Amino acid sequence: MKRLALITLLGFALPAFADRMPLPANTPASFKAECASCHLAYPPALLAAKDWQRTMAGLKDHFGTDATVDAKTAQEITAFLERNAGNSDRLGSAGEPPRITQTARFIRKHREVSAKTWSDPRVKSAANCEACHRGAANGSFSEREITLPSGLK
Amino acid sequence: MKTLATLSLMLISIAAHAETPQQIRQIYATEAAAQQTGFSPSAKRGETLFRQRFALNDKMPACTSCHTDSPLNAGQHSVTGKSVKALAVAANAERFADPAKVEKWFGRNCKEVVGRACTPAEKADFVAYMSEVR
Ligand code: HEC
Ligand code: HEC
Ligand code: HEC
Repeated sequence: MKRLALITLLGFALPAFADRMPLPANTPASFKAECASCHLAYPPALLAAKDWQRTMAGLKDHFGTDATVDAKTAQEITAFLERNAGNSDRLGSAGEPPRITQTARFIRKHREVSAKTWSDPRVKSAANCEACHRGAANGSFSEREITLPSGLK
Repeated sequence: MKTLATLSLMLISIAAHAETPQQIRQIYATEAAAQQTGFSPSAKRGETLFRQRFALNDKMPACTSCHTDSPLNAGQHSVTGKSVKALAVAANAERFADPAKVEKWFGRNCKEVVGRACTPAEKADFVAYMSEVR
């Protein structure tokens, strides 16, 4: 019984480790097939449900590219993102169109990154998490797994 | 016996889903030949399409903007910075194996770079180039 309570507690505490965000085991294959070729399959916890809904509703003009998927796939991906979305109060506004990189939380976590680093051609975009977070594809954003492109800080 | 028959049918249909670059080139070539008698795919014309600077979209003036000057090399998405695996079959055996995937990316990339859909002839040529380049 005590053990069970401990496990339950741990389960609740887990999301607080903000540097571990692996994709849930029940992630639909369509999410990786449709949302991970142009950029990382972003962890769903990094945007609020309403922001994922706006993202999914606007795929036709998605940051200048056409990322549309068929209706059934769109439904599957939207439901998955909603189910695993983050808390909007904690993330802060994501702007329009919604960007993880515009949330107050992202900006706060990255305030030590210099302007020169953000504009380096090897980084290209703040949305290119993998340029600095080696383990991003596995959902690891821990400090131990950060390597900035050489010569940058 | 009946189950065995069903099973082998299933296996055949599974195998039919994974196509080879030759089969995909053939699908486009057949479509092109219906519009243009005597059409035959040319890797040389495919290379010309790959290298042409359309310059319609300043973030992606050519196919090479993301796929680099050599299809044998891994590329980088010109907007997001994400790495893109090599397009040439010689460097990446997973290429041109799924007709729906190939069609999806021709659709997207031709619209954005060339400003229109690529023709079946252009697609056959492009697949020929990617299959043959060493
Ligand atoms: C054809 C390419 C392509 C596909 C497919 C694609 N995206 Fe994007 N996405 C982009 C581009 C380009 C950007 C802008 C990146 C930048 O500014 O660096 C972007 C940005 C984003 C952002 C904002 C990143 C930030 O700055 O915080 C989110 C969220 C996003 N995409 C979600 C998705 C989802 C969900 C899917 C699948 C339904 C998807 N994308 C599929 C190209 C694509
Ligand atoms: C230019 C390099 C760079 C890029 C690109 C980048 N980050 Fe970071 N990120 C860092 C650095 C450096 C830190 C650590 C800051 C610190 O410890 O003060 C960090 C910290 C974090 C943290 C906090 C980890 C913790 O220990 O709490 C998260 C979460 C995170 N980044 C997510 C992302 C995501 C998601 C993306 C892409 C949308 C991204 N980062 C893009 C450099 C980057
Ligand atoms: C903005 C970046 C970008 C540009 C420009 C671009 N591509 Fe792509 N292309 C991609 C990405 C991303 C993928 C899918 C990711 C992957 O499969 O590695 C892809 C995949 C493909 C595929 C799928 C191959 C397969 O079977 O796996 C074809 C075909 C293709 N591109 C053709 C073209 C052609 C033709 C052009 C020029 C008219 C072009 N691309 C320009 C980014 C680009």
